[in-house]
Amino acid sequence: MINKHEKVEKSVGLFFIFTIFAISIGGLVEITPLFFQKETTQPVDNLRPYTALEMEGRDIYIREGCNVCHSQMIRPFRAETERYGHYSVAGEHVWEHPFLWGSKRTGPDLARVGGRYSDDWHRAHLIDPRSVVPESNMPSFKWLEEKTLDGELTAKKLETFNFLTRNKSHKDEQGNPIPLYSAEDIAGAKAAVKGKTEMEALIAYLQSLGHALK
Amino acid sequence: MSSFWSIWITVLSLGTLVGCYLLLRWCLKNFAGVEEGKSMGHTFDGIEELNNPLPKWWSTFFLLTIIWGFGYLLVYPGLGNWAGLFGWTSSNQSVMNLEDSNAQAANAKENGLIVQYDMEVKAAEEKFGPIFDAFAARSIEELAADEEALKVGQRLFIQNCSQCHGSDARGTTGFPNLADKDWLYGGSPAEIKHTIMDGRKAQGMIAWETMLGGEQGVKEVAAFVLSLSGREVDAAAAKEGQEKFAMCAGCHGANGEGSVAMGVGAIGAPALNDNIWLYGGSQRVVEQSIKHGRAGVMPAWKNILGEQKVHVISAYVYSLSQD
Repeated sequence: MINKHEKVEKSVGLFFIFTIFAISIGGLVEITPLFFQKETTQPVDNLRPYTALEMEGRDIYIREGCNVCHSQMIRPFRAETERYGHYSVAGEHVWEHPFLWGSKRTGPDLARVGGRYSDDWHRAHLIDPRSVVPESNMPSFKWLEEKTLDGELTAKKLETFNFLTRNKSHKDEQGNPIPLYSAEDIAGAKAAVKGKTEMEALIAYLQSLGHALK
Repeated sequence: MSSFWSIWITVLSLGTLVGCYLLLRWCLKNFAGVEEGKSMGHTFDGIEELNNPLPKWWSTFFLLTIIWGFGYLLVYPGLGNWAGLFGWTSSNQSVMNLEDSNAQAANAKENGLIVQYDMEVKAAEEKFGPIFDAFAARSIEELAADEEALKVGQRLFIQNCSQCHGSDARGTTGFPNLADKDWLYGGSPAEIKHTIMDGRKAQGMIAWETMLGGEQGVKEVAAFVLSLSGREVDAAAAKEGQEKFAMCAGCHGANGEGSVAMGVGAIGAPALNDNIWLYGGSQRVVEQSIKHGRAGVMPAWKNILGEQKVHVISAYVYSLSQD
């Protein structure tokens, strides 16, 4: 074979295979080992599952695209921890499916916003952000106050999270995994959210953020 | 990290670097069977492909980046369990709880470990620590007269408190004005500091509509409440309301003087006789407050800001209501 270069250049299949090989090495080195690390698969000590209402709130957070403007990832820089609190660690996010780290901060980071403001403040702020922060450019989410939850799918969501986190839950003293939600939690899920407004659910979710490390 | 994954990462990383080098060497060889600089034997629209070698400057830089790569992996923690020559890390690893994190940070600071984040915090502590220590050693009253302390306090207030209380600390509907002399939980330096440190949760006003006998009862009590501030109201309704107000007196006082004046500040029941209205002072809004109840919450800040910063903020807040 005189011109190997030409052989690769002229064969789409071969070129495709070499390309896949070249670009997959980065992933194999940087991503695959994370599936097997303690840091990235074990929950931090104080991590607790979302309640049924918080879980519904989380879905509203996703539906309204909050994660497009708000990150949930405090980097280990003093400039960030002074404002937001302890930097985020992987063990806080092992139960997140999908994770909501976000990649852009039009608004502030929300990783530890829980407990920082009162429920009343969140309500006022979500209905009309400028009523409490005049320079805010956040849109109003006033319709959240008008819609109520029926809770039809809540139990299913909790079951799904039990499945998704089956290898990453807390363990009891014998080392047996403790599912995030007990049969009782799942049975009571509908009753726990039915009739609550979407606003209440979202606020409950926001108030839960960052609880594990503060 | 288990040794399997450590080896996995090391072999793939170093293998890639070596592979890059071999690829470079291979590409520098002439396989075309044509002398360098001569035509490859085909033309397109009069443009001829020549068998030119890779530019020297380009291949040299490629080689340098490979060498740089080896150097980088030697100094920084890139190869599995290899911690790098100087043990550099961006932050402490395997943090499972706050105590653990604090202990690791203290250890890093004390032993001068190269933990980027802890080094940054340590430098800041050395710079700002003495300033806050000096503030902490002085009383809130004293700081409230110190321009430098007030500037620091104001900056902290704007960053952390203005979202509810406003950047001028004059509050908004539902969030108290801190620049007047009307206090829900007391306005002494110690009480202000306590409020910021541990937060406050109003005892909470329940919904009174049923207890007051419906809409009419609510209207009457609202009329009486407004009359306490000297507002013009329907005298007959206010008179009816006065009797019913006995139910409110437990928290707000017989004359609506509020829980602070009654000496039970922790309840957080506002004074109703000073024409200052947390939730609005129109007849309609007062009726709503009575009908549905109210319960304000002030979050606790000691874990977020720490006592030293709260001390300075307290001085700033205290100074606002002093003439």
